[in-house]
Order: sequence, then structure tokens, then C-alpha cells
Amino acid sequence: MNIHEYQAKQIFAKYGVPTPRGIVANTPDEAVANAKELGGSIWVVKAQIHAGGRGLGGGVKLARSLDEVKTLASEIIGMTLVTHQTGPEGKLVQKVYIEEGADIKDELYLGIVLDRAKEMPVIMASTEGGMAIEDVAHDTPEKIIKIAVDPAIGFQGFHGRELVFGLGITNPDEQKKLINFASKLYKVYMDNDAEMIEINPLIKTGSGDFLALDGKMGFDDSALYRHPDIEAMRDLSEEDPDEREAGQYGLSYVSLDGEIGCMVNGAGLAMGTMDTINYMGGTPANFLDVGGKANAETVAKGFEIILKNPNVKAIFVNIFGGIVRCDRIANGILEATKLVDVHVPVIVRLDGTNAEEATEILKNANISNIIAATDLADGAAKAVKAAKGEK
Amino acid sequence: MSILVNKETKVIVQGFTGKEGTFHAEQCLAYGTKIVGGVTPNKGGQEHLGLPVFNTVKDAVRTTGATVSMIFVPPAFVGDAVMEAADAGIELAVVITEGAPVRDIQMAKAYATKKNMKIIGPNCPGIITAEECKIGIMPGNIFKKGNIGLISKSGTLTYEGANQVCKEGFGISTAVGIGGDPIIGLSYKQLLPMFEADPETKAIVMIGEIGGDLEIQAAAFIKENITKPVVAFIAGQTAPKGKRMGHAGAIVSGSAGTAAEKMEALKAAGVTVVVSPAEIGKAVKEALSK
Repeated sequence: MNIHEYQAKQIFAKYGVPTPRGIVANTPDEAVANAKELGGSIWVVKAQIHAGGRGLGGGVKLARSLDEVKTLASEIIGMTLVTHQTGPEGKLVQKVYIEEGADIKDELYLGIVLDRAKEMPVIMASTEGGMAIEDVAHDTPEKIIKIAVDPAIGFQGFHGRELVFGLGITNPDEQKKLINFASKLYKVYMDNDAEMIEINPLIKTGSGDFLALDGKMGFDDSALYRHPDIEAMRDLSEEDPDEREAGQYGLSYVSLDGEIGCMVNGAGLAMGTMDTINYMGGTPANFLDVGGKANAETVAKGFEIILKNPNVKAIFVNIFGGIVRCDRIANGILEATKLVDVHVPVIVRLDGTNAEEATEILKNANISNIIAATDLADGAAKAVKAAKGEK
Repeated sequence: MSILVNKETKVIVQGFTGKEGTFHAEQCLAYGTKIVGGVTPNKGGQEHLGLPVFNTVKDAVRTTGATVSMIFVPPAFVGDAVMEAADAGIELAVVITEGAPVRDIQMAKAYATKKNMKIIGPNCPGIITAEECKIGIMPGNIFKKGNIGLISKSGTLTYEGANQVCKEGFGISTAVGIGGDPIIGLSYKQLLPMFEADPETKAIVMIGEIGGDLEIQAAAFIKENITKPVVAFIAGQTAPKGKRMGHAGAIVSGSAGTAAEKMEALKAAGVTVVVSPAEIGKAVKEALSK
């Protein structure tokens, strides 16, 4: 789960990670009131969406008067912001963050992510702040410092020294401030089961202070049960409604742009099925893992979600029953044909636990657009044919 | 021969009396696995499935001499359960539970390493030595005894792979589902040399997926150390970037962790790489006839 910049900064503040002062607003009037409360003569109006690249997309603007705050907030709230991370359809902006202007002397990058190879969190830092870090990593990898921190010992002084010397910071006062910043950020990461924290840019002000000018955080979904305060920050409008609906039924769904709907048990086999369809000359319309607890209701729901996509010309149900029992899936398919208008051919391959009973169930039901397949290759071939309108 | 487990292996079950633990322990017993007891706190002294229940793993190990633990406890207790097993001298923990926090697994694995305990999983189907010992949730009947070792990140692809191999007239020596979480116990790199050293195993099937770089590490290892034929499939060639495909670890970020990159690395290491799981059986047959 990801959260907004203003929410990340609330968490930072709780841990003493310095940020510019700011207040979130839902309307232009609130934006003006917030600017007044913050005081000063220069403010930044920032669109609150999860995707990165907001600045380049026109979602971050500088205001030099309260009138300008109002004008900019009215422009940004309600706009559809398109960035390299939103996709071409963009994202509707519902909130803006009003932040005091900052005196930027230097822009750095600081992030913490899990290094899967080292199996510990790694602090990433760069002097190339304000740029897309993927580009820095690609073009000038030597400009990114990586410091792995073993949670068994936590963030130590030597980690801090590696950081400041790596970034070429020589002023002892600044060194102390940045080490303190990183040490607190590490605590934010560990305490909250974060998956990723990214501050880009982390700025150095004219007076040598370090401030998080931006803040992105992502969390380990499996650990949210022990962080109700973070779970409460979930913004449902940032999630794909179909994927969310599927999730409520224990289904894992991702929509794609092809023609063959897929319903499979297990994430690996689901991807393998998509790959096989592709290999046979077809295109998958979605990834859908029915999970280990599939029953008639969840299968019916799966059909409903797949069929919402108007591009779907055939559905391939590919089940290799282990924990999942094939007879339950077969009954689910029958149930689905009653509840949902299944107007496309459905190719069914059932193997493993109770596969014979399942085949019997489907045969006896005698539904015209259900086509039985003997194995994965046969099923994928039949699905590709059916999607092309061939028999 | 086989790797890690066989018909002599003594197994306990943590989370023995729960619904999942009970169901799968019964299935494993029916398969022939030597389950010698289980652990459920506050139920020590009772009997379950005709076997003794203990309050702690230490008690269970002391009384039964078990060396392997199959773990079914709920996600929030997995880290604790793994560390308890390591502390009690268990040699191999097979963690079936899905949805354990990454940080808990990170801590538990670090501790297990210190205590010299191996981990399979979490979020995996387990390990099976065909017709001898099943520690996990896979349907046992599809694993015919034979000479092919199998390592897979995905549960159902383990079944699909084994099924393909058996349909071509071969069988499985040992199959290991390693799980697809961001941090896992034994990986390809640790399991490949075990299969290389196992006289019963003649060829190895390796099933991977997008995300992370375990398959890339495996490719480098195979090139230097493995002489037996290896057939590989990487799931997720058609997966878009930045989208998580079910498994917590199956996400391609930036340019790293793509199927194409992994397939290239494996090919360069001399591995037969197939583009669909439906080709695994045939590829094994070809690799062995060379």
C-alpha cells in the first residue's frame, strides 16, 4: 500500500525527520486559509496523487500571493494529472498540499528499500537530487551510494559516516544534521514495516539544514494488520476498482489489454498461462489468480470481473488443483453461467485434485459455450482459436 | 537417494491442531511421511491424529528426535515459530503459511542462519521426495518416483512441471517449492548443488518468475558448477512493468527482474529455456537423450 506525500510527511514529523511546514487542502478556500496559517510570502501548491513526476506534469506550482494560491489550487484540484507513472489516462487530483516555500541550496536524493539479495534494508543516496533516480542509476550508477543496514545492529555511526563522506559533505555541523536525519528515517522505515521510502529531493537550505521536500512511502501489505494508523491512510480512489473488488473476494486481478480472459489458480501458473497464450499467438486480457480458497461464489465473481472488460472474446479457465478442488471450480463455472451472462466461449482445463468428478459435472451440465481441454497447451490453443472466432 | 528429506525423516507440525495443520498433516501421513507429533501451545499432553501434542518445539524435539518442522501457524506468528524451531535444534523448517510480514521473515532467517537451520518458504507448497516423504500441501499422486529434480517459486507450476515430466515417462526425485516472497529460505543456488550431488537425480527442472534476481544468480552458479542438464521456465514474459502479479515478489521495477533478462542469463549458462510450461516435459526428454 502507498500513501500520499502529505501523509508521509505526517509520519516523518512524528519521528522528528525535518520537513517544511504544510497543510493539506480539499478546496481552493481551504488552500488560502492554510497559506495564511503558514504565513510567509511564498507557498508551494502540490497535487496529492500517488504517482511520481507530478512537477513535470504541472501538478506542483509556486504561489507568490494568497490570490495566486487560490488560482493555482482551483486549477490543480479537479485536474487530471498525467505523469510518466499514471499512464495516459492520468489521475484526478482531489487534494492539494500547501507548503511554505523553502530556501533551496542543494538537492539530494535519499531512499530506503529492501535489498532482496542482501536481505536487509539499504539506504540509497545521491547528490543528483530532483532527477528521476532510475535515470541516474542507469546513466551514472557511480553517483548512487548504497549502504546496507543489518537490522540486528540497526543504524550505527559508521553507516552515517559512509553516507556523509559518500555525498561529499565536509562541514561537521551539516554532517551531524544529515546523519541524524538518516538515522530517524531508518527508524521510520523499520517501525512502520515500510517497503520503500523515497525523498526526492532532500534539500539543503541556505542555513545548512536538511529538509524532506518530498516524501513517498510504500508499506508491506502483509504487515498492515499491526499498523491500524497506516491502514487508515489508505486512499481507495488511488486503487483500480476492479482489482479492489477482486481482492475482497480473495482474487488477485490485474487487467491487461488483450482479448483472452484468464482464470487460473496460483500466481505462477496464471503468469505461465498468459505466456502460453501469447506463445500460441493470442493476447491475455488479464491476470487472475483465484487463490487457494476458490469456491462457486468466487469463481462466479471472477467471471463477472473478467466479462466487464469489453475486449474479452474468450475465457480460459486453467486449474491445476492442489488445495483447490476441481469439482468446486466446475460448480462455480455452472453457478457463474446462471448469475452472469457468459456470452463468450469458455475453455476449461481442470487437472489435479478431483479433476475427474469436475469433468463429469461439466459434461452433464451440457452448456454449449463450454469447451473442454485436456491440458495447458490444448487449452491455450483452443482459447486462441475461439478468440479469433474459429471453431 | 533424494535431497533433504526421505522416508526416514522425522517431522513435527507447528500449528498442528489448527484446521490447515490438521488437514495437511493427515494428507502427509497418508502419503507415508513420518510425522511424529506436533506443537500447539497449551495443548501439550493431548493427542491429535493419534500423535503426541507438545507445548513447545523444544519438548517435541527432546521426546521425538524430529529434525524437520512443517509450519502452518497464522501469518503473524510465523517469525516466532521459525525462530523457535531454530532455537530447538530443528535442521529444516518448511513454512507453508502465506502472508507473513517481510520484516519477520528477514529477522527469522538471519537467526536461523546463525543456528544452522535451513528454511523452505514461506508461502510455498513445501517439499516432496516422490513416494517417500511429502512435507507440504501438494497433491502427492502427481509425483511419480524418478530421476528429475524440480525447484519452483510457484506452487501450481510445481504441479504443472511435475505433471509434464511424468507424462513423458519420467519421474521426480525431489521437488521443492521455494516460494515467491521477497525474502525466502533455500533458493536455487543452495538447492542446485544438492541435486548435482544426488546420484538419483539425472536432470533438473527450474521454474522461476519475474522479480528479484535469484534466477540470475542461479544462472551464474549453473555455468560454473552444474554438469547435469537443466531445463528452465520463467513465468511472466507477458507481465507489464510495475504491476504485482499475485506473489509479493513478482513485480518488475525499472529494468531489473524481467523474464527476458532471466531467460537470456540462463541460456548463456547452457540451460534449455522453454517459453511455455507446456514445453517442460518435452525439453526434459530432449535434454536427457543428448
